[in-house]
Parts: sequence; C-alpha cells; structure tokens
Amino acid sequence: MNERSDECAWFQQAVLDVLPELVGTARRLARNREDAEDLVAEAITRAWVNRATLKERERFTGWIIRILTNLFLSQRRSEGNHPHEALEVDEDFSLYERLHQPFLLWWSTPEQEFLDRLLREDLIRAIEVLPEPFRMVVLMADVEGQSYGEIAESLCVPIGTVRSRLARGRGLLQRALWEHACDAGLRSESPERRPSSHG
Amino acid sequence: MGNLGGMTCEEAMRSLAAYLDNELAAGAEQSVRQHLELCRSCYSRAEFERRLKFELRKLGKDEVPVGFEQRVRHLLQSFTASADTVPKDH
Repeated sequence: MNERSDECAWFQQAVLDVLPELVGTARRLARNREDAEDLVAEAITRAWVNRATLKERERFTGWIIRILTNLFLSQRRSEGNHPHEALEVDEDFSLYERLHQPFLLWWSTPEQEFLDRLLREDLIRAIEVLPEPFRMVVLMADVEGQSYGEIAESLCVPIGTVRSRLARGRGLLQRALWEHACDAGLRSESPERRPSSHG
Repeated sequence: MGNLGGMTCEEAMRSLAAYLDNELAAGAEQSVRQHLELCRSCYSRAEFERRLKFELRKLGKDEVPVGFEQRVRHLLQSFTASADTVPKDH
C-alpha cells in the first residue's frame, strides 16, 4: 500500500468512526435531518480537501467537528443570519437552586433525581428554543466540547463575550428545562423565582 | 459558609463554570478544587452542573441512518478514486 492509498484508507476509517458525532452535532446545529446530512457531507469534503492542515491525527474528531461548525456558521452568515449578534438578556437562572432542598436528609437529592427523569428530547427541545447567539455557544461549549478560545475564533468575538453568552445561554437553558418540568408535571412548583437557598 | 480552601463560596461559584469547562489557570483551578473538597454545599452544586454538562455532551452523538452512511461511503470512495488519478509526483 503506497502513502496516498494509506492516507485515503486512514481518512475513510476516521470519518466512519466519527460519523455518529458528525450527525449528532449537525442535527443540533441545523435542527432538521436533511440540512444536517448535507452539512455533514460538505464538512467531510472540506476536511478531505484540507487534510494537510491536520497536524495530529489524534485530534481528528475535534478538527472535523470545528470544520462542520464553521461551515454552518458561514452558511448562516451568507443567508443573512448573524449568530454573533447577541440579544440583551439578563439571565442568571439556576436550576440547582430551584431544585435543591438543603433541609432534606443527606441521601435525598431531588436535583439528581430531576436529571434522572430528564429525557434526551427534553434537552434537545430546551436548546432549540434558545435565541441563536446563545444556542450557538451552548452547542459549541457543552455539546461539542470546544474551548472558549476556539469558540471565540469561530464566532469572531472576544473570549469575554463567549463567557458572558455562555453564562446567559446556560441560564436560559436551565430556565427552559425548569419550565418544561413544571408543564410536564415533573415538578409541582411554579416557575416563579424563589430566593436562593445557597450560601 | 466561610472561607474554605482559600476562597469563599461566592468566589468558588463565580468560577465554577470556567472550572468545569477546564478554562481556569492552574492556581485558580486548584483553589476551586480545594474549596469543593471542603464545602459540601458547593460540591453538591458542582456535581449537579457537571452531570448536566455530561448529559448535554451526549447530544453530540446520534445514530447514523443506514441510507446516509451509504451516501458517506460513496463520497469517501469518490475521494479515493480522484486521488488515484493524481500522479504521484504532483
């Protein structure tokens, strides 16, 4: 096997190994199956064309996921959408503070029980309703596992902006999960804010 | 809760997100870790946020539809075919 066919074989296997991650990430980004599949196919093609820029094969997964995400961002920008334009949202909601009951016995953990009952679909729905600038940073940080620096570079914003959007995005996400839990009867309490019990 | 491990609960909670994201400098990371080892209340909060993060991370992986996997295999084969047509010394 010569060097070129060895490279082809390696690339093919690496893509097939990471395909569930590419499909999952693309579906979360694009929010529909057809667009997600087109996005994955385009990302694989770009990765092949730019394979010389991959310095370490061990980093293939993060590298191709970033290609996919940057491709999505680029498509959104060309469509006239600007996911980097943040809304003014003041959100410091904490799901933990809503759920935690400090006077319960130590083995009772309602917050962990809440997470046990949470379905994958609940999380997907809660992310999908986030305003775009917050949805993007939550997806990139929490679903894809990108660093603040990588997110800042892709979105062309300072790291401080990534931090603040992430904090607000996570707050909005937790509020959406809480409201869904109340609607679904998982929690009987009203979603009205109550004073923090932490301290 | 007072000052535990060199920081207050408020300071530890302010750094919690960056701590769980592995975005703190070594010294700050150690301070938060020490605080969490000593403070039951903050540890409980940190475990909740860590677990939620873990659940979100799992959303980045979906089952691949058989038809789409076939499409990808054909795409990959087209790269091999085009690579085979490129002379070695190019």
